[in-house]
Amino acid sequence: MLAEFGFGVLLLALIVALFSVGAAIYGYFSRSDRWVESARRSLLLTFPLISLTALTLIYELATGHYELQYVYSVTSNEMPFYLKITALWGGQAGSLIFWSWLLSAFASAVAMRKWDRDQEFLPWVVAVTAITLAFFLSLSIFFENPFTRWWQTAGGGMLLSMFPPQGATLLVPPDGQGLNELLRHPGMIIHPPMLYLGFVSFVIPYAFAMAALITGRVDDRWIRITRRWTLWAWLFLSCGLVLGMWWAYDVLGWGGYWGWDSSEVAALLPWLVGTAFLHTVIIQEKRGMFKPLNIILIILTYVMVIVATFLIRSGLLSSVHAFAQSTIGYQFIVFIAIMLVISVGLLIYRWKDLQSEASISTTSLWSREALFLLAALIFGGIFIVCFWGIFFPIISEALTNQRMTVGPPWYKQAVGPLFASLLLLMGLATLSSWTYGTLKTIGRAVWKPVIPTALLPIVLFVAGMRNVLAYIGLTLAAFALFVTLYEFGRGVGARARTHSENLLVAFWRQTARKRRRLGGILVHLSMVMMALAIIGIEMFQTTTQKSLAIGQSIELSGYTIRYDSLAQFPYVDGRIVTRAVLSLYRNGQYLGELHPRYDLFPDGQPMAIPAIRSTLADDVYVVLVDWENLSTAQTPFKVYHNPLVMWLWVGSFVFILGILITAWPEREIEPAAVRVNATVPKLSST
Amino acid sequence: MRRFSWVPILVFISLAVWVRPVAAQQPTPSDDEVNAIASQLYCPVCENTPLDVCPTQACHDWRELIRQMLAEGKTTDQIKQYFVDHYGARVLSEPPRTGFNWLVYIVPPLAFLLGVFLLYRAFRTWKLVAAESAGDPLHAVAPSHGSAPAAENEYVSRVEEELRKRN
Repeated sequence: MLAEFGFGVLLLALIVALFSVGAAIYGYFSRSDRWVESARRSLLLTFPLISLTALTLIYELATGHYELQYVYSVTSNEMPFYLKITALWGGQAGSLIFWSWLLSAFASAVAMRKWDRDQEFLPWVVAVTAITLAFFLSLSIFFENPFTRWWQTAGGGMLLSMFPPQGATLLVPPDGQGLNELLRHPGMIIHPPMLYLGFVSFVIPYAFAMAALITGRVDDRWIRITRRWTLWAWLFLSCGLVLGMWWAYDVLGWGGYWGWDSSEVAALLPWLVGTAFLHTVIIQEKRGMFKPLNIILIILTYVMVIVATFLIRSGLLSSVHAFAQSTIGYQFIVFIAIMLVISVGLLIYRWKDLQSEASISTTSLWSREALFLLAALIFGGIFIVCFWGIFFPIISEALTNQRMTVGPPWYKQAVGPLFASLLLLMGLATLSSWTYGTLKTIGRAVWKPVIPTALLPIVLFVAGMRNVLAYIGLTLAAFALFVTLYEFGRGVGARARTHSENLLVAFWRQTARKRRRLGGILVHLSMVMMALAIIGIEMFQTTTQKSLAIGQSIELSGYTIRYDSLAQFPYVDGRIVTRAVLSLYRNGQYLGELHPRYDLFPDGQPMAIPAIRSTLADDVYVVLVDWENLSTAQTPFKVYHNPLVMWLWVGSFVFILGILITAWPEREIEPAAVRVNATVPKLSST
Repeated sequence: MRRFSWVPILVFISLAVWVRPVAAQQPTPSDDEVNAIASQLYCPVCENTPLDVCPTQACHDWRELIRQMLAEGKTTDQIKQYFVDHYGARVLSEPPRTGFNWLVYIVPPLAFLLGVFLLYRAFRTWKLVAAESAGDPLHAVAPSHGSAPAAENEYVSRVEEELRKRN
């Protein structure tokens, strides 16, 4: 009965969403505020409706209603309560409901904002979000229904159906299959919601962009309204990616956090174009330039959001054959194609209006906007690499019937130089100024941060480093770091002079007042930290593997790891745990115990959980490998030494902090800062 | 007798040739040597899993095969080729640079260069538009692809100069 209820409400939500689309469009063309208001309210109504459906499904999951095929496939009796709930996004059908739920929440939030001055955008923002919502709801209803149940026919056969087939009785399995063990990790539990939050929040700026195109109000308003939405979307998406990396590092036992797997790269696609968009938007805000580019980038971001969901959900990443069996693959392609054609059509239709307000000045090729544009181009380049890296194997399989692996070596040689040039640009753009920045002005500013930067390679050389690529990477990271610090110091100094404050007070006020700038600085610092981690693991990772008897040790990069004991025991959920105890020493000094584990689940799935000792300098990462040979006489261990990896996680936190500071709603308004501007023109930038 | 004096030499040489692979046999290759090759290969049956970290029994057997081939004195390339011959080019971590596969190497740089070119051109156009609209406020909106008259440029640069001085 509950299943019928959940499905019925879902159906109602689709009807309401479709009505919302129709009412909004009709209201716009008939200039009827009442129809538009009706559309807005219908959109608001989808949220409680989908909430009811989602809660019904959660209830079914939590109480083990295994007659529901979805519940059967992702939960089991032994799973803890919280995992049964998070199983909502543990499989296809539930994920799609969850997607719709989040989107309806965001759509409601945006529908409830004060629309007074932007009333003309309202119908189209409602229509675009409601169309997207209706698409996902219809996937759930017609193709991936989470409320489909098992039935036993009179003839003894089993079949799946939403409604009882003639003469069939409900089949209730005593237990379910349970969630894939690899996914039972905090990182993997929060990763999909974060990713989806990022995905759905990018729908909002896209909806505003479309509204701007349709209504012809292509000035900066849509960008100003959606700036915060974009930042939040960026934040969520970034968090989702980082959580995925943490999971990979912590669970997979591959010694790294990023394997250039197609599904990882797919989630990166919207992030890359979204990041490019975030930079070019600033140019339009500051200078009113590159309007068509911003529209193109937000369209691309939206399309990539749908493409990423499509890639992960349609089975296309596994093989063309898995895709052919997918129930929702073609629907996605049709939807993507329709939205793309409409968006691009509108863009072409408004192309002239978008050109019209070019800024009144000559813009140098070395000005900040030009460098921002270059950064966006490089993000675009990385995007092209990732896009092609995903689609080439698919095209190859479709045309030549041979699937290819496009793995880490290919990606690294392609994106390595691009990421390096981003570090350089980050420094140069900070030093340049809007419009007038020339090579000369950058040159005048650059020498101060260059001095400490230039010292770094010398120090590294004396310290014995001989890796050319690492020299380049670390020097660029140091340059970006010193430039960021130098610029911030300059701002504080200028404030201290003009306001006659001491440096500490100036520091505090500068950070409090120029929040957006502080956020930008933190984000840039976080990029330097992450670059450090990437250089550390890519260029200085060492690894060794050896079978040890108890009492023997492995030596790696100055560490000694001694094998002390091995224990094997069953765990309550049925898995057999094999756990080794190792002692870690550095230069004879005892640092602690390590416990790598090898879990064998009842369904035969193995899971090698690494033991990791992390410090800011390096990680020691130990895995129990080749499980079939495990015995106390000869136990094989694989040890990785990963320098600087911790900075990836530290950088992620700094990054989140930076975005939060930037995106948090502003309260106080900056008092007229004429004096500051007159003395230090660069203060108000970024 | 003299006729047969070359026989022992021949036997010796052929023995030497025959024995060489046996002599090349080292004590069992270490895990690190196996992993060095396995990490360049992908599991032929799993999805996107490097052979050195794949936990399945099949991959374990493949790693043992690598060890055996190393013991037989095979080179890295020979071992990789063996896997390609048996399981297809998908076991390689990047497509071989042959035929159709060249596309995977050529398309991204070409697309990127195209992007650079388009953006540079667009930037020049925007600059020209900006310069023109600066010179003629009444026609500030008209985009043009022609070059701005020199006089206007001069005027603009004078304004810029003044602005810079003020700053």
